[in-house]
Amino acid sequence: MILSEQKPFEEILGYLDGEKSVFILGCNGCAQSSGSGGPVQVEEMKKKLEDAGKKVTGTKVIDFLCEKALVKSGLRARVDQVAAADSILVMTCGIGIQAVAASVNRVCHPACNTINLGGSRGEWRGSERCQECGQCLLDYTGGICPLTACTKSLLSGACGGASNGKCELSPDKECGWELIYNRLKEKGQLDKLKIFLDPLDHNKLMARPEMIATSRYALENLDQEVKVE
Amino acid sequence: MSLQSKLESGKFVITCEVGPLKGTDIHEVEENAELLKDKVDAANVTDQQSSVMRLGSLVTSHILVQKGLEPIYQTVCRDRNRIALQSDLLSAWVLGIKNVLAITGDLPQLGDHPEAKAVYDLDSVTLLQAIGKLNNGTDINGNELQGKPSFFAGAVVKVESDTEASMELQIAKLERKAAAGAKFIQTQAVYDACNFAKFMKRVEKFKVPILAGVIPLKSAGMAKYMNRGVAGVYVPDDLIQKMADAPKEDREKTGIQICADLIKQLKPLCQGVHIMAIGWEKKVPEIIAAAGL
Repeated sequence: MILSEQKPFEEILGYLDGEKSVFILGCNGCAQSSGSGGPVQVEEMKKKLEDAGKKVTGTKVIDFLCEKALVKSGLRARVDQVAAADSILVMTCGIGIQAVAASVNRVCHPACNTINLGGSRGEWRGSERCQECGQCLLDYTGGICPLTACTKSLLSGACGGASNGKCELSPDKECGWELIYNRLKEKGQLDKLKIFLDPLDHNKLMARPEMIATSRYALENLDQEVKVE
Repeated sequence: MSLQSKLESGKFVITCEVGPLKGTDIHEVEENAELLKDKVDAANVTDQQSSVMRLGSLVTSHILVQKGLEPIYQTVCRDRNRIALQSDLLSAWVLGIKNVLAITGDLPQLGDHPEAKAVYDLDSVTLLQAIGKLNNGTDINGNELQGKPSFFAGAVVKVESDTEASMELQIAKLERKAAAGAKFIQTQAVYDACNFAKFMKRVEKFKVPILAGVIPLKSAGMAKYMNRGVAGVYVPDDLIQKMADAPKEDREKTGIQICADLIKQLKPLCQGVHIMAIGWEKKVPEIIAAAGL
């Protein structure tokens, strides 16, 4: 389970600035349980965006946006609606947003922040990684997370240490920022490289106490300790 | 004349490097400061270079101040968070240090403490913004300072890259560094004046003085090593051949001559030269003389 919550609507509208139309994508997995990107929230978002003067060319809720195979098969019947939109608004966790951005040749905007659960969670994910930073930056980086793709988690661009596109850490590791550059170029968004991002708010990278206390597996506290003689 | 006033008045500047040693022995630093103080405009003091733990750049910069050599206090983001970085900057100003060079910093894995936790709370760009805020009398969160510094901040750039993405990312980041308050830029070592000229064409619009980096070659092996292992450094084959052909007793002279010739070619293209002698600090005056500076 990955927990996400919707970004403030004003922030989402800011991402859509200068665009006329959008396709909305929701997720029937964790985002539905989180109440951030299930069918109900997708419908609400559609209405709010239309009220704000945006054309919504279509909506779709897919089971598990974190799975690129499901994203691709799920969108196949909606290619026309996606093509008619300036961009896709993705209402799910950081992994799902990155998986969609990698699967569709359209600009993908994040509608949610991913909330830190403070440790491991049961999931079956693809290659995308999300740090649950609670301040999703994927709108600025072509849908590739700089926190997880860059070894130094740099927000201001490449450090310059890469050789032939590989990180100075290891020739097996891609330079995250070169991936971001290539993605931004592909999607016609290179002007994003001019934007200054604030240093991370590390408070949002810590699990809130209630996230740990409300584990679904709190049953373990009810059982008596096993005593070994 | 200070580095800042010299650059602001459009004069060609010379900077070099003084690297703190691993340990408490400061003899060599003091000797180099004495030797270089009338030969260069300022000297960078490297900060845990290549992620190898050693004497700090703050204290070493202060030693240079005392010796009468203007330091450029290098500060990397790898080892300290935003609280420590800002605090050390305030300390630096109090110790008479005026120039700062903001660097992200190599990964710990490249140095002698590969198990260390990397920080990168800020990076070169956000550190420059932090310096700007300190100069304006607040910390990065806008809290007021009692007494403020007036740093002359700089940053670095790689002139040559092996992929389009890497090159464009360097240029884009340089633009942000200039916008974030960098008043001078020192480059990674350059060996090809033509490529450097092309680079200068692209970055002149940012209107920030560029100091071309040079490293004197000590041997053909060193050149090959840098080509293999140092990102952004490309020594052309003819220079490697020149080093290989030089008899052993002439090798040093050849390395110095190549470096001096390069400086002559680079001088009309930029605002200064940054000589990274890497152990040859005592030969810097000879390089400067051979280059006719």
